[in-house]
Amino acid sequence: MKIFAAFRSLGSILLPIVLLRPFCGPEPASAHGFAGDRFFPATITTDDPFAASEMSLPTILYFRQPGSPPTKTIDFSSDISILVLPNVALTLGDGYQWQKTAGQSAQTGFDNFSANLLYEFFENNEHETIMSIGLTSEFGGTGSRSVGSSSFSTLTPIFYFGKGLGDLPTTLNVLRPFAVTGEFGLAIPTRSNNRSVTFNAAANQTEVSSTPNPDVFQWGFAVEYSLIYLQGHVKDVGLRPPFDRMIPLVEFSMSTPVDRHGGTTTGTINPGVIWSGRYFQFGVEAVLPVNEHTGFNPGVVGQVHFYLDDIFPKIFGKPLL
Amino acid sequence: MKLITRLTIVALLFTATSAWAHAFLDHAEPAVGSTVDTPITEIRIWFTEKLEPAFSQMQVVDRHGKPVTPNRATVDSDDPSLLKLSVPALTPGLYKVSWKVMSVDTHMTVGTFSFTVRKSR
Repeated sequence: MKIFAAFRSLGSILLPIVLLRPFCGPEPASAHGFAGDRFFPATITTDDPFAASEMSLPTILYFRQPGSPPTKTIDFSSDISILVLPNVALTLGDGYQWQKTAGQSAQTGFDNFSANLLYEFFENNEHETIMSIGLTSEFGGTGSRSVGSSSFSTLTPIFYFGKGLGDLPTTLNVLRPFAVTGEFGLAIPTRSNNRSVTFNAAANQTEVSSTPNPDVFQWGFAVEYSLIYLQGHVKDVGLRPPFDRMIPLVEFSMSTPVDRHGGTTTGTINPGVIWSGRYFQFGVEAVLPVNEHTGFNPGVVGQVHFYLDDIFPKIFGKPLL
Repeated sequence: MKLITRLTIVALLFTATSAWAHAFLDHAEPAVGSTVDTPITEIRIWFTEKLEPAFSQMQVVDRHGKPVTPNRATVDSDDPSLLKLSVPALTPGLYKVSWKVMSVDTHMTVGTFSFTVRKSR
């Protein structure tokens, strides 16, 4: 509850700023997702490297978690990012899950609440390059145990990057619309193991078991081919709506436990497409498990993502503070 | 918490009297990446948004990086999404167009593209 009290305090601080913001004088507004000629979309299963005011509402994931039998999972989540200082964005996110295992009743509940602070420390327009660092905190105990939300918190320092290939020579024009974004982070649980106590009636004794919570290397990247870039900066090939605003991409979202016998790498490969409009983007991707530890069946994820700095330029067109 | 959320939403709706966006290149003459053999005397770029004339510019350089004209680009008075630049008749060669524009909501965007003028047959 301390967390929600903190958010009430945060809201009390931000509200007057939001209300007074439109009466401030005009000045050039900062831009979401741009580095020189390059527009980077907000990717769906990996985080993009930009500090910007934006909102994902909703992100819907359907996937079957491995098991005997597997568990169907639908996750509805949302997050909002606010540019609070130049190059610094605060993101708050949460989700709600529905889980169903064959022969059992459905389980529903909230994911753990999470917050991220991102600092964009490098941007090179000529080489369409951007780098950021961030810290994500998942607050243990704020979600429902019935859907597997952990009782402990996790801190994840993360490095983000984005690189467009628009600086390649014109002889390689066909490659110039490509871009790569990615993230590398280490998820560190605040509790190294979970202990559970059970009573064994047959042996008439109490048994204590311990489940380790390993540190997990979280890594992912997205390979994008921007038809927006192709059409506007390389060659007008005559694409018409909606194709001239599409960005086909493949995302790789992976987790590798690094200690405490955490097991093997799990993750998904997610081919899909993002369509970017004036005020929002829409994306859909297949979710393909990389191995049997991740799952056996493909899933799907879709997202609607709003550019708050374009929708409300007077409020979010520049840093909040 | 609910009260603050509602007040924030009301504030957003109240202050968002109109909504604009970043200016993307919509199309250009000569076309992006094209090869043309007709005499070029004006470069025209249409954007997806209306432009702020005082903060919207375009430059055209030849393959040596030399500007082809000292003229300044202007925003068309009848079509505020059109930025145009008069140039002397361009000789055959590769030209690079650089633009930096501000949409009327003050969002700044930049961009470049090239085109080629070939010898008349």
